[in-house]
Amino acid sequence: MSKDIKIKKGLDIKLVGEAERVVSDAPRSRTYVIKPSDFHLVTPKMLFKEGATLQAGEPLFYAKKDPSIKFVSPVSGTIIEIKRGAKRVITSIVIEADGRDTVRELPVLDVNTASAAAIKERILESGLWPFIKQRPYDVIASTQTEPTAIFISGHNSAPLAPDYNFILKGKEAALQAGITALSKLTSGKIHLGVAKVSDSVFSKLSEVQMHTVSGPHPSGNVGTLINKVSPVNKGETVWTITPENLAIMGELFLTGKFNAERIISVSGSSIKAPKYYKTKIGAEVSTFAYAAGIDGDNVRMISGNVLTGDQVNADGHLGYYHTEFVAIPEGNDYEFFGWNKPVFNKISSSRALTFSWLFPNKKYDLDTNTNGEHRAFVVTGNYEEVFPLDIYPLQLLKACMVQDLDAMEALGMYEVAPEDFALTEFVCVSKQPHQAIIRKGLDLMHEEIG
Amino acid sequence: MGLKEKLHGIKEDFKGKKMAPAFNALHTFLYTPDETTHSGGHVRAVDDLKRTMNTVIIALLPVLVWGIFNAGYQHYAAVDAAQGVLREASLFGNFFTWDNFIMGAWTVLPLVIVSYAVGLGVEFVFAVIKGHEVEEGYLVTGMLVPLIVPIDIPLWMLAIAVIFGVVIGKEVFGGTGMNILNPALTIRAFLFFAYPTWMSGDQVWVHGAKAAAGGPDAISGETILGAYAQNSSVIYDFSDKFFGFIPGSVGETSTFLIIIGGLFLMFSKIASWRIILSAVVGAAVMGLIFNGVVDQGWITEGSNFYGLMSTPFWEHLIIGGIAFGIVYMATDPVSGSQTNTGKYWYGFLIGFFSIMIRVFNPAYPEGVFLAILLMNVFAPTIDHYVVQANVKKRMKRLKLKTA
Repeated sequence: MSKDIKIKKGLDIKLVGEAERVVSDAPRSRTYVIKPSDFHLVTPKMLFKEGATLQAGEPLFYAKKDPSIKFVSPVSGTIIEIKRGAKRVITSIVIEADGRDTVRELPVLDVNTASAAAIKERILESGLWPFIKQRPYDVIASTQTEPTAIFISGHNSAPLAPDYNFILKGKEAALQAGITALSKLTSGKIHLGVAKVSDSVFSKLSEVQMHTVSGPHPSGNVGTLINKVSPVNKGETVWTITPENLAIMGELFLTGKFNAERIISVSGSSIKAPKYYKTKIGAEVSTFAYAAGIDGDNVRMISGNVLTGDQVNADGHLGYYHTEFVAIPEGNDYEFFGWNKPVFNKISSSRALTFSWLFPNKKYDLDTNTNGEHRAFVVTGNYEEVFPLDIYPLQLLKACMVQDLDAMEALGMYEVAPEDFALTEFVCVSKQPHQAIIRKGLDLMHEEIG
Repeated sequence: MGLKEKLHGIKEDFKGKKMAPAFNALHTFLYTPDETTHSGGHVRAVDDLKRTMNTVIIALLPVLVWGIFNAGYQHYAAVDAAQGVLREASLFGNFFTWDNFIMGAWTVLPLVIVSYAVGLGVEFVFAVIKGHEVEEGYLVTGMLVPLIVPIDIPLWMLAIAVIFGVVIGKEVFGGTGMNILNPALTIRAFLFFAYPTWMSGDQVWVHGAKAAAGGPDAISGETILGAYAQNSSVIYDFSDKFFGFIPGSVGETSTFLIIIGGLFLMFSKIASWRIILSAVVGAAVMGLIFNGVVDQGWITEGSNFYGLMSTPFWEHLIIGGIAFGIVYMATDPVSGSQTNTGKYWYGFLIGFFSIMIRVFNPAYPEGVFLAILLMNVFAPTIDHYVVQANVKKRMKRLKLKTA
């Protein structure tokens, strides 16, 4: 049975440079990097020193607070460097691939007959637990709490989003294995949001509650799905996992091997030939970026999508959770009287001498200019136009800024993740860093309330 | 080296120095900054606060231009009337003339210049002392102020009021975005309470009215509201009132152009249509109540309130400053209600109280600015109850689950 979720509030940001539906093999990356900062609030405890050799799927480090949560290497090779930042915090672990691709093998587990405890044990042991995130707090799921439900968004509505039906084709069995496994870890349901039930890779999945979601971005955000299906209450925990990572998890159950392969979309207006590349978690971005070709040298490279991704350099590496790479022009230039002349080449949610409302299907070539300076909150009512959750976004942001825990709790902080505020940040006239404000607020709550 | 590079060089030199905000304000006026995103999303929509404020100024330009011509027109009409000649208003015959424009510009532009020079001066001083950027709020306030004062207000009074309004109305709260009261109305209120004789009566609404009123048949130069409040008859017909061939504060006379400006602001999504719509409804409801009171015969011609109470409810919306107040003042997002539901209540009560104060205020027959200031104070309370409804829903959900 499927339920329809239709949202009206939101904004589709259409950008030039969408990936063509062709997959190429990215050149092999020499080094792979795991950045502990990808795992928010995790303090890593290393299991190996520099120089150690290890197989793909072998644990690199574990979380200091919960040693059962392990983080594994995507490839076989040698740890050549453990980079540290201020206060000796580990910033990245560099692994030089040996090219042999030896994988640590675990016994195959039949998810249909295995017990919940065995499945949980296997996910932890294999190092795939970090793929499961939880709300509240949008961090790696706690191993101690049972989720009331699990949410998966099978519909990516973000700008230049990769097409799940394309990249997950042929992984139906793995997806099903992953779902069957996860369904044993919750007494609630697994909710899956899809754009269209028929002819998608998700159409034949069982043991899930399907929801057809439609409408502008953020209709594909898992946060929107949660809010519309069953919002998180105080004291509850729900889990989320992305379909790509679910497939990797399912494959582990079917084959016993951790397959760090990712088909990522390489897109954006600064990419000469935007298309899909087959690569691995943590690979050097230069491998596929230069294979696809980059226009100009004043370019912002992003691991992840343009609304929530991380800035990377050409010698940087793909983020652990990222399945997209985008390159767009940097906007570090002045524009003469840019604040008062009519604008045709940028997106606006207002109609103040801006004309994007006239061309809803036009694709834009946006750069990274903020189009204005940071200001106090002045304009009201514009966030609500792009924010479909039943929450007051401005009031919640202000509660976070003044660190009013009671107000944050009352206004729905348990239900949100920073990515839910990506669009309000996009349209913000005062150019406030909404996602950073929410992240800080969540961290504060995590610390104070737990 | 182009201007762009030169300014960039100066900006780099100024970085971290005390005068940096002052220079940046001028720099960003010419060029949008070269700032790029560094946290969260990598792209941003085009609108910034300058564009938002600029859109309001664009919406104010028609009434400013009309105000300039009308100032000249009213002056010459008063001079004619003093000699016993009645001027028939005609748009291209005797309204849009060079004489009117020059006379109007001579009286209105100094108000604009004083308002901007003094107001921005205070803003710059605060920005430099407190080390924050010069925020754009005063761009709109500075344009509103000359449009809501009588034409013959002395410039020094205006300057003092502007200083008071910007400092007490805005900067003490932390600047643009933090103020509780609408700064332009704070300035207006200061003038009203500090110099009441200059803000009412029949001497200040027409430039040179005092001098012109030498003859016995002199046109009084009174506003329509003033006349109604005195239960005296009005010589202006509907089209005079609607299009604005009448004396009054500089920018509020032409309801027609205010409606055009309001439609533009609502279309561009800069002003909240919720506030404007519900304020009009609120004013109409109060007007209808008063009309009903008169129809019932509870108030008769002998009463002080008869003139304004018997004014048809729709006419209340056309005369006086209410249209201007609703479109340009009530929609101020900082001092107004912030939630969409709250905006309906906020607007409705502004309209409702505007007409009520207008009718019952014995000293001064206008209510919109007091009504908006009153609702500014109550806006956070309205928002509180709206947000609490959402919070309660969340609590209820939790109870249902745990019960």
